[in-house]
Amino acid sequence: MTERYSALALARHALTGAPWERAWRAAEPRKSYDVVIIGGGGHGLATAYYLAKNHGITNVAVIEKSYIGSGNVGRNTTLIRSNYQMPGNTQFFEHSLQLWEGLSHELNYNAMVSQRGQIVLAHSPSQLDVVARKGNTMLLNGIDSELLDRGDVMRLLPYLDYSKDCRFPIYGGIIQRRAGTVRHDAVAWGYARAASNLGVDIIENCEVTGFVRDGERITGVETTKGRVLAGRTGIAVAGHTSAVAAMAGLRLPVESHILQAFVTEPIKPFVHHVISFGAELFYISQSDKGGLVFGGHIDGFNTYTQRGQLPKIQTVAECAVALIPGISRLRLLRHWGGIQDMTPDGSPFIGRTPLRDLYLNGGWCYQGFKATPASGWCFAHTIAHEDEHPLVRHMRLDRFERGNGLDEYGLGLWTYRQ
Amino acid sequence: MLRIPCPHCGERDYTEFRYAGDASKVRPKHGTDDVKTWHDFVFLFDNPKGPHREYWQHVLGCRQWLVLERNTATNEVMGAVLARTREAS
Repeated sequence: MTERYSALALARHALTGAPWERAWRAAEPRKSYDVVIIGGGGHGLATAYYLAKNHGITNVAVIEKSYIGSGNVGRNTTLIRSNYQMPGNTQFFEHSLQLWEGLSHELNYNAMVSQRGQIVLAHSPSQLDVVARKGNTMLLNGIDSELLDRGDVMRLLPYLDYSKDCRFPIYGGIIQRRAGTVRHDAVAWGYARAASNLGVDIIENCEVTGFVRDGERITGVETTKGRVLAGRTGIAVAGHTSAVAAMAGLRLPVESHILQAFVTEPIKPFVHHVISFGAELFYISQSDKGGLVFGGHIDGFNTYTQRGQLPKIQTVAECAVALIPGISRLRLLRHWGGIQDMTPDGSPFIGRTPLRDLYLNGGWCYQGFKATPASGWCFAHTIAHEDEHPLVRHMRLDRFERGNGLDEYGLGLWTYRQ
Repeated sequence: MLRIPCPHCGERDYTEFRYAGDASKVRPKHGTDDVKTWHDFVFLFDNPKGPHREYWQHVLGCRQWLVLERNTATNEVMGAVLARTREAS
């Protein structure tokens, strides 16, 4: 059990100069566990934490091929929100947002959850109807949402382009005030520390190289640190889900694509909300350090390289300047890429697989980070009860066979390829 | 920048092309009535981390369909042939 973080502890360490102990135990793999989770990202760590916390299953290992925080949990744009409108998605992402709201206390780790509000803009009367409908769906599900007219948006976001000849005039939008941003590294570290405190072994720099099979049943994993047997095994490696599943002989409805994100040089507080452009896929917020953080579409072809293509920088920058002309002289400080699982309908998978005792969590497309707590919560339930949590029944792997694609945007399948 | 060697137009930026997915899949025979066969063809991918054969169309050039061989782990390009040449062989 590590020391509890508090103002008192901070003062004690400051006065005595005593070093802080490491946040989670450096574990080496044992021979067998009740549950092995492959992937020490946000989702894998959250799953391990809720297995221990909610279901009392503490004989758990999280096996990570690199170090904690090296993957997509540290490569996203840190946004949280629950403005979805498909039955199932709405409730799932709202559960996630509610877990975010209490996360820092739950984990005794400051995740810097900042509910600064997210505004979705509408650039035509019909688009305003669409976002109003989205807002109404949210309200009917007990989620906060407010409709904004052009004047409201001008008061909240005076720096957008409202000129007469602008390419994408602003007609209004909706705001979810409970949406916002989180410090993403702290999510990984907080879940790792809290899970480790409950007895979970977090094994870093250990790559899974294969599965141990007994007929149609998975009984463990082969790793670079030897064989580890498991009562049940969960995969939570989004970005590389196909590669890990292939070791078990599974082919999935997943293609791996790169999504880039960008941060500018720091400026004084300017963008006080999260803003989603309505004319293109583009979203922007400002970090606590002052950099504008933004992202857009995937590059458009499948790849596992975490290096993005340069032309995408131009199209994303065009969106930024179309929305906020005043930032055209800002320089980019960094840009980076993360590999994400793209699925035909843009929705994830949480649930059982055709193999016994093997469970899958993946296919997160653009929405993995905001889903982290609910994903872990529901995946832990699914593994513990050998049955999908009610909030993720619509996210089953076999939904395409059954004709139940979860088409959140109402645009049909394969929108990411268009 | 990913550069694609078009057999007609020479090596060009990938932004002139449109990606169209895995070219190693074989379309089920016309009239196949097994839904599972169609599901697997439409929805499942090998999605390998390594060599990958894929369709691209040179939409801002000769508009021909190509089969490109590319390593998805490095984006290294091994070569491209016209899709119709490959389908014929």
